Amino acid sequence: MKARLIVVVVAVLAVATTAACGSSSSSSSSSSGSSKTLTYWASNQGTSLQNDQAVLTPELAKFEKQTGIKVNLQVIGWPDLLNKILGATTSGQGPDVLNIGNTWAASLQATGAFMPFDAAALTAIGGQAKFVPASFATGGAVGKPPTSVPLYGLVYGLYYNKQMFAAAGLQPPTTWQQLTTDAVKLTNPAKKQYGMVLEGGSYTESVHFAFIFGLQNGGEPFDSAGKPTFTTVGMVNGVKQYVDLLGKYKVVNPSDVQYKNGPEAPGDFAAGKAAMLMSQNNADNTLQADGMKSSQYGVVAIPAPSPLPAGGKDIASFVAGINISIFQNSKNKAAALQFVKFMTSPAEQAILDKPYTALPVVKGGTVNFTDNKAEAATFAHVLATKSQPLPLVAAESDYETNVGNAVNALLAQAATGKTVTSSDIKAALLDAQDKMAASGS
Amino acid sequence: MPVTTTTPTGQPAGAPPSARRRRPFWNRATPYLLVLPAIVFELLIHIVPMLVGIWMSFIRLTEFYIRNWSQAPSAGLRNYRLAVSFSTPIGRDLLHSFTITCLYTLIVVGLAWLFGMSAAAVLQQSFRGRGTLRTLFLVPYALPIYAGIITWSFMLQRDNGLVNHVLVNNLHALSHTPFWLIGNNAFVSMAVVALWRSWPFAFLMIMAGMQSIPDEVYEAAAMDGANVWKQLRYITLGMLRPVNVVLVLMLFLWTFNDFNTPFVLFGPTPPRAADLISIHIYDNSFVNWNFGLGSAMSVLLLLFLLVVTGAYLLLTRPRSHSV
Repeated sequence: MKARLIVVVVAVLAVATTAACGSSSSSSSSSSGSSKTLTYWASNQGTSLQNDQAVLTPELAKFEKQTGIKVNLQVIGWPDLLNKILGATTSGQGPDVLNIGNTWAASLQATGAFMPFDAAALTAIGGQAKFVPASFATGGAVGKPPTSVPLYGLVYGLYYNKQMFAAAGLQPPTTWQQLTTDAVKLTNPAKKQYGMVLEGGSYTESVHFAFIFGLQNGGEPFDSAGKPTFTTVGMVNGVKQYVDLLGKYKVVNPSDVQYKNGPEAPGDFAAGKAAMLMSQNNADNTLQADGMKSSQYGVVAIPAPSPLPAGGKDIASFVAGINISIFQNSKNKAAALQFVKFMTSPAEQAILDKPYTALPVVKGGTVNFTDNKAEAATFAHVLATKSQPLPLVAAESDYETNVGNAVNALLAQAATGKTVTSSDIKAALLDAQDKMAASGS
Repeated sequence: MPVTTTTPTGQPAGAPPSARRRRPFWNRATPYLLVLPAIVFELLIHIVPMLVGIWMSFIRLTEFYIRNWSQAPSAGLRNYRLAVSFSTPIGRDLLHSFTITCLYTLIVVGLAWLFGMSAAAVLQQSFRGRGTLRTLFLVPYALPIYAGIITWSFMLQRDNGLVNHVLVNNLHALSHTPFWLIGNNAFVSMAVVALWRSWPFAFLMIMAGMQSIPDEVYEAAAMDGANVWKQLRYITLGMLRPVNVVLVLMLFLWTFNDFNTPFVLFGPTPPRAADLISIHIYDNSFVNWNFGLGSAMSVLLLLFLLVVTGAYLLLTRPRSHSV
């Protein structure tokens, strides 16, 4: 009798514990009911997750002092951020406020997970007019209220090593043709020195350049109806312009095709193994961490071919950056709006742009993340006049994956010594385009 | 104290058994209660998600509906048709991925079994250092998966990696430094890493199986004039048949579903030559956000593996010999 009792008690306890675990987890996650606490997912903008914590914590304390709202901060690394957002969207339980990569804005808008910023909400955060128009345009699809507002601005620039250029008697290039000839002059494989370094294994970098050079050559990835147009002459020539650096001009170390979205390419540039680097302005962080002083490198806009091909635009970058969104399921929308207003206020922008080497997204902000005035002016100029957002369509993440991987495969083909022709490129882009159509995006 | 003669059920002693009351409730319920937590968890963790996954393959679950699955429109068999239409890029890629996975599984399982068998046969005899060798052989299997594979990915780097340093700089076996992580060599790298991880498991299982073969059988065979190879073929392999049947099946299923090796070596989007089916499905689901299509591919994979496993077990079931 005693043995049976023990067995029964154990069995009942086991079942009861699982039931209790289930119910307690559902009530403790997601934002708590009190209107005085917010959960904020920040992306990794600094040199490390701890660095982000250290930078943001005093600002959140400041916010709490001003408004009495406590903010629980979680810093999430880039490899995990999109998956976590997807998980939060699916389960309906997530943070109140979060950072997103602004190229995800249109795709995430289509999920309906984020609160649209209608006229009332925009007024609550200080008005639409305070934002730089180019940055604000990335907030969502055209014609709909945006579901994110810009937070940190980033654009691409062409970094060049001043000492290597001076030694070869070269000026920073103003046209694409000059860039290739300069790079060829600066390439000496025997001394392990190359004209250009690329993150050749990263599909996001590849699709960014396919976009920029496609626009320079007169192509557009999507037409006005939202249908993909990857195989136009302009898009093919754009990809060719990028892949030729490795395949035709051989100014890139073939090993670069193994570099994936990490510190490898800036590291090579800082070590003097490459004379030029095309990167977003937050490379400054990595370069200085690698020991390069801001006086040792200069930045110019990525040049376009001259003369511009038919339909081509003098675009030097897409409008990259970080946007901030509010979760539709948040229970503290009013507090979240106050927080967004705080983070996008000119005062906070000036404070945060420095450690994150970002450009201000509000009008009248000065570029303060670098003491190199010429570099600051270049980046501000590129953001204001020479950049265009990536396609603001719901299928944007599909576009990034399919085209990015296609270009990566072409780069790998060039690295292993096989020639990459225009018809190879067209076939690869056609494949990517067919995948977009077939999956019904 | 007087001894009562009542039976445990409270009937007076001597009552006919047929009138005995049934066992108390707790006696009958105990086995079921003991099994209940296991059943609950098995349902929660395995069966219910599988059923949800099958349901997902019949709806259009893309980024538009991920927030509210019940609103996703039905896709009927569209996802399956997309997956198997081999004239379109999606179907072609799936077929390519499937072919690569089959080739990879054949090579890795075949070689792992061969190496495991050879090592177990050699280490049957006791010699000095046998224990150390055995431990050394088991290390790759004991290492945490991520640590082992990430070390290989460093070794396979073209410029700074150990493999190229030894092959090109020290041994001069190759004239130019090849890429190991892109292009067609990616398949070779992946197979080598998987083989390195899998063969110690085969070695372990076969070695354990060999312990149960008595020495007298070998002695008797030797007296009858059988040489080493005949002994190996008829006695060892014959008596290891049950072990081998299970071992090969386990290795096949694990290798076919291998996600860790390509994901850690190449990241979420591996080169075409190393596009194993599990990571191909992951790409379609989490990178392209087309969960309906990914689920359809998963269901097809499940059906394929069920058919293969069923056929395998049917072919290898113990045959009763009529003497």
